[in-house]
Amino acid sequence: MMPTSIPLDYYLILSAILFVIGVVGVVTRRNAIIIFMSIELMLNAVNLSMVAFSSFLGDIAGQMFVFFIMAVAAAEAAIGLAIVLALFRNKQTVYVDEINLMKW
Amino acid sequence: MSLQSILFSIFAIGAVASAVFTITRKNPVASAMSLVAHFFMLTGLYLTLQAQFVAAVQVVVYAGAIMVLVVFVIMLLNVGREVQSPSTRSLRPTLAMLMSGILVVMVSSVIASNPTGRNELHADAVKIGQTASIGQALFTNYLFPFEAVSLLLLAALIGAVILAKRHVSETQS
Repeated sequence: MMPTSIPLDYYLILSAILFVIGVVGVVTRRNAIIIFMSIELMLNAVNLSMVAFSSFLGDIAGQMFVFFIMAVAAAEAAIGLAIVLALFRNKQTVYVDEINLMKW
Repeated sequence: MSLQSILFSIFAIGAVASAVFTITRKNPVASAMSLVAHFFMLTGLYLTLQAQFVAAVQVVVYAGAIMVLVVFVIMLLNVGREVQSPSTRSLRPTLAMLMSGILVVMVSSVIASNPTGRNELHADAVKIGQTASIGQALFTNYLFPFEAVSLLLLAALIGAVILAKRHVSETQS
């Protein structure tokens, strides 16, 4: 039975589950774009726990960090997708296991 | 059950389900659409935490800007359904599921003992989530990181243009 108000622990466990789903996506998928989306999942899981701590402790620092994480995620999206585009232009593939130029 | 618990349950189940859909769909466009749904579920969770401004920014930045970029690249590359390559038909996915299951159980068992002792929102939670107090903090205590982020975004902009430019060697010669 759920309590009347949600404790902080529920948000933290949810955040852990979402993070692990992101990790599984990165490890198991071949498509670089979907790996990229899994990284976004992990960033968002961390954001959720930051906002939860911020609201439960009454400290604004958590929400500030969320803004900076979002800015870094936007920069990462631009650079990551540009790398995928450059990769596709040179190798005609987005599957990471077919990109083995530096594999010894 | 209070309204808060019902809303939390709906958004939490929705967030986990859409995250699982994101990493299991073979079609990248279906994955991207699930990820948009995931971002909206997270927006709902932020609202249950009284973080109104973060919720609005989540929709604008993630569901708006970043996902448009991702969908645009999917369209540009015209990637179809992912085919399982015969060489990697290994036990890697099974092993990943097993390991991550163990990780979730370990983390949850630690958190479930209620180490923080916080069972309800702080009294100032509503005030903190408002645009006014966020802006106040952003332009006073966090002014330096704020300016540093603008530099980071400029660097990302230039880097993306250089990486995605078509004929780098021709313009150099």
